[in-house]
Amino acid sequence: MAGSQWELPPELCCRPMAFVALTGLDVVYNAVHRAIWDAFCANRRADRVPISFKVLPGDHEYPKCRTKRTSYEWYIPKGILKTGWMNKHLNLVPALVVLFYELDWDDPQWKEKQSECATKVEIVRTSLQGRNTKVAVVLIQKKTPLPPGEDLVASERAATLCNACDLSGKSLFVLPHTDHLVGYIIRLENAFYEHAQTYYYTEIRRVKSHKEFLNKTTHQLLFVRHQFKIAFFSELKQDTQNALKYYRTAYSLVHELRAHETNMLEIKTMAGFINYKICRLCFQHNTPLDAIAQFRKHIDLCKKKIGSAELAFEHAAWMSKQFQSFGELFDEAIKLGLTAIQTQNPGFYYQQAACYSQDRKQLSQQLCQAGATSPSSEPWDTQTGGLDFYGQRPWRQGHQSIMIHLLLSNIDLTRILKTEMCLCLSLPQQELIIALLSNAVAQFKKYKCPRMKSHLMVQMGEEYYYAKDYTKALKLLDYVMCDYRTERWWGLLTAILTTALRCAYLMASVKDYIIYCMELLGRASTLKEEHKLRIENNLIQVLMNEVPDAEPECDASSDGAARSLWNDRMALAASNELTIEVQDYIPFIQCKAKFQCPSFHVDQPIQLQVFLRADCPHPVSFNKLAVSLSNQEYNQWCVVESAGQECMSLLPGKTKCHNFSFVAKTEDVGKKIELTGMELMLGSDSGRCVFLSWRGAGGDAASTHEALQASRSSRRWGREVEARQELDWDSLTMQHSTMIISRVPKISVQLSHRPPALNNEMYCINLTVQSQEGVVAKGVKLTAGLKPGQDANLGQTTHVSLDGSKVCDDTAPALLPDVPLGDLKPGEKLERCVYVNCVSTGSRVFLFHVAYSIDTTVEGRQIVCKCHKVEKVIIILLTVSTNTPQLQSQLQEVVLQTDECASECFCLRCPALANSNNTVATGQYLISWRRKSSSANSPLIQTVVTLPHVILESVPLYIHAELPSYGRVRESLSVRYHIENRTSLVQEVEMAVEPSDAFMFSGLKQVRLRILPGSEQQMLYNYYPLMAGYQTLPQLNISLPRCLTTNTHTLRRFLPQRIFVKVTASLLSACVNIF
Amino acid sequence: MAVCIAVIAKENYPLYIRSVPTQNELKFHYTVHTSLDVVEEKISAVGKSLGDQRELYLGLLYPTEDYKVYGYVTNSKVKFVIVVDSSNTSLRDNEIRSMFRKLHNSFTDVMCNPFHSPGNTIQSKAFDGIVSGMMVQTASTV
Repeated sequence: MAGSQWELPPELCCRPMAFVALTGLDVVYNAVHRAIWDAFCANRRADRVPISFKVLPGDHEYPKCRTKRTSYEWYIPKGILKTGWMNKHLNLVPALVVLFYELDWDDPQWKEKQSECATKVEIVRTSLQGRNTKVAVVLIQKKTPLPPGEDLVASERAATLCNACDLSGKSLFVLPHTDHLVGYIIRLENAFYEHAQTYYYTEIRRVKSHKEFLNKTTHQLLFVRHQFKIAFFSELKQDTQNALKYYRTAYSLVHELRAHETNMLEIKTMAGFINYKICRLCFQHNTPLDAIAQFRKHIDLCKKKIGSAELAFEHAAWMSKQFQSFGELFDEAIKLGLTAIQTQNPGFYYQQAACYSQDRKQLSQQLCQAGATSPSSEPWDTQTGGLDFYGQRPWRQGHQSIMIHLLLSNIDLTRILKTEMCLCLSLPQQELIIALLSNAVAQFKKYKCPRMKSHLMVQMGEEYYYAKDYTKALKLLDYVMCDYRTERWWGLLTAILTTALRCAYLMASVKDYIIYCMELLGRASTLKEEHKLRIENNLIQVLMNEVPDAEPECDASSDGAARSLWNDRMALAASNELTIEVQDYIPFIQCKAKFQCPSFHVDQPIQLQVFLRADCPHPVSFNKLAVSLSNQEYNQWCVVESAGQECMSLLPGKTKCHNFSFVAKTEDVGKKIELTGMELMLGSDSGRCVFLSWRGAGGDAASTHEALQASRSSRRWGREVEARQELDWDSLTMQHSTMIISRVPKISVQLSHRPPALNNEMYCINLTVQSQEGVVAKGVKLTAGLKPGQDANLGQTTHVSLDGSKVCDDTAPALLPDVPLGDLKPGEKLERCVYVNCVSTGSRVFLFHVAYSIDTTVEGRQIVCKCHKVEKVIIILLTVSTNTPQLQSQLQEVVLQTDECASECFCLRCPALANSNNTVATGQYLISWRRKSSSANSPLIQTVVTLPHVILESVPLYIHAELPSYGRVRESLSVRYHIENRTSLVQEVEMAVEPSDAFMFSGLKQVRLRILPGSEQQMLYNYYPLMAGYQTLPQLNISLPRCLTTNTHTLRRFLPQRIFVKVTASLLSACVNIF
Repeated sequence: MAVCIAVIAKENYPLYIRSVPTQNELKFHYTVHTSLDVVEEKISAVGKSLGDQRELYLGLLYPTEDYKVYGYVTNSKVKFVIVVDSSNTSLRDNEIRSMFRKLHNSFTDVMCNPFHSPGNTIQSKAFDGIVSGMMVQTASTV
């Protein structure tokens, strides 16, 4: 019972192809024959017919055919399927034997050659005695044959040759050895393929014909055997649909067999084979769901067929193999283009296979432990080879008939068990399990199942642990631990850590051992208190450079080895210092640090707090705590060390706080100080030093989530948390950096100005600086001007100057940097004026920045502080619009208050139209002004306003209407139009009045008249309003028939368009009466 | 009846896991944890197509040889997982659905408790009672 017992035989797993034997070819010494053979076997792509060729000598002995049984009456089959049968039909018994013979039609020795050929055919026939195998002859010829029917000699000789060899005409072929060899070969092989198909067809018929002789009581096994054979021949015939059908029948027949302990193995083996074939064909037919359904059925049927309870291990191994081979089939189908999904992929089958293998391993280990004590004198029988039937015991071959032994004898059992024990000792099954698991891992990785993958990797790790390959085990476990940690599955993490701790113990890997101990003692561990106590004791022993106690569940033999390893480790004095980065774990000592403020003034000492907390059951002591900061010069102030024999200790569940304070350097003003790490030293120099190190401000893999939870609950119970003064660890926030900022200045800076500022003005801003320092403020400097970072255009339109006596030009800067103001004594006051000139309107932000330095002491240290005081002011600019012409202005010496507006009027006379260009520029308007409050010697500011262009038009007539301001309904309303001729020519005018709905009117409706130069005509109309409200007057159309250039529309502009019509007084009183 | 019932937080850590005491608890933890792969995949697949029109019940997540694992996701992405013995063929889909509904109702009650902080593990006698009612009664099977 070798491990390969469960491997499926290769002849089962291959694709069956028709077997054709070629004889009469001398492929070693004859080049022509060699070329022919190469053409047959080279380049067998999918488009060529599926045949497996073999070259055999002409006198090859084919397997003998047993004499055909005439009656099955007394025949009792000994098993289901013979082990050699499939191989026999794949590789030994050909469907067709082809004899190659060199013979041309016009060969001079035709007669002799013909008889030689006939003899060779006869030899082949004899060795195939009793088989249905066909024989064919191929004549290798040097000449290209003529088209059929033209060569009379050829057809005659072919007929005689067929006669002599007892061949049908269809079995004689000619192979001219010319250029087109491959083409001829392909035609030949198609012909061979047809012959082979016929052969397998007759074989199927032959097997089917046995059926009538069988009876259901004694020949049950034969029913299965025959169906299997038919199916297999169908496959050889490439008739996969029928093959599938027969395999399915065979499968149901197998399960109809009467099963008992002695033949259980055989039934399962055959069921497995047939199931494999069915699944394979289903995948080949691209019906994967059928394959899966068949496999499920198979498993459900066979799951419970364990047989004898002692043989459970054998069943588990068989189940494992079933799953594995299905997984492989599935995987292969995927490689050929099938798509699988997350919940249905080969990984599940590999996983299940591994699972059964693990069962098997456990079962056989139990057997070995039991068997080690049971005395057995019987020597183990090494004879294993040469089984006659699949799935039978080597020592009970052929006795599987249903008539004998329904139960396994004790001898059988001991034999099986002894074999298993030897196997178990010689071949560890971990390798198989690990291989299966890693196959499954690869699949789950492909189908997006990260958690399944992690789970399988844990199992792999455990298998490596059992196989005593601790390094690999740790590597795998370490890899997945992180996933479980981030997902916060503490129960699973603890289980993995426990295994890992055992590995670390057995390897005597000190660092790993300490890490796993720390995490198992931490708050994420779900271990019971007593285990934690034990682990902590072990940890303390390791810190004291002693050998820890063995982990439970380690077997005694490996424990001994581990112990000596530990002793070796302990003897090595050199490597007793270890640094462990604990940030990514959840260690049993937690550490958080915070600067008390997010920023400190340089003249204040910086306060730093480090909180420590232990989660283990015993108090834990440490010897040193050191904090490192981004500027290493401060590190010396942040160390606390145990003095002499005294240790600092942490009580379980209590928070301990260490305060540090130090003074920042003045160079660091404006810089950030960051916590880069913290180190806690456990153990001592005499034993083993372990430095636990945290990066940044501490915390670990779980603390962010805890802080989040704490903040959620404190938001709800905010008041209570405030009331309860005790420190809540989870809600402790870390502050990992602090800013060092300059000292608070003790000077006052005041600005006074009178908004609004005006365009172009030299706007004065008065600055008062007063010192409130106790000592002299040295080197006071002022920076004043436009605040940088505003709109870029503002920089060009704004100018700042200290000199207010003249208007500054474009060269003046927008910002005056570092204007020295000298020293300031305590209490002294200093004033300055800054002038701002803006060319465009809009608001601006100005910045006034006073800096100085001062000597001061902090905690006895002399430092020079630089102080800054910043003031900002926003100035809104306005424009001033007033007019000053060359003439005497009405606005001269006028004073305008804020929000006041002055306007001015001038009459302009336009010159005679000089050219066709009828627009005229009206010039510029210039104002000189000054703020009322400013002194008389401050400069006058000039503001220029460009006046608009005016369009000129000449009109020969001037019309104006004379009408009352309103009319009344149904009361006459007289309107007089005056028409003036202002030219020196007589003007002919046509006038017409258009009717209107709102008015009746009397007067000239249409008239033509002449107006002398300088004279005027009057037209009188009486309008009679019909409706009230604003009404459009009847339109007066005027045209000048002599002067067509004038637009009548310009004339219309002179006339009123509408008039307001009131209601009649009588009507109004009537309305009042009604209502 | 279930052999294991679990409530998993939005961030995929367990809020509550109970399994029958007769069998290996760790194995159930692994089963529930690995089933989250399928849950995540199903949630993301739905998220792409429909948005909020989502059925809470996810159905059978994946079958193993011994167990069937069913899933349910609330609107706040809290997951419920129920593991049933494969041999228990009498259990219909509807019954599983109603178990999930009951579980969801009870979970909502837990969340409504002002003393419960969401995100912490569930410690509630009422919830325990509901879960116990849905579990395989070990006393009767032994």
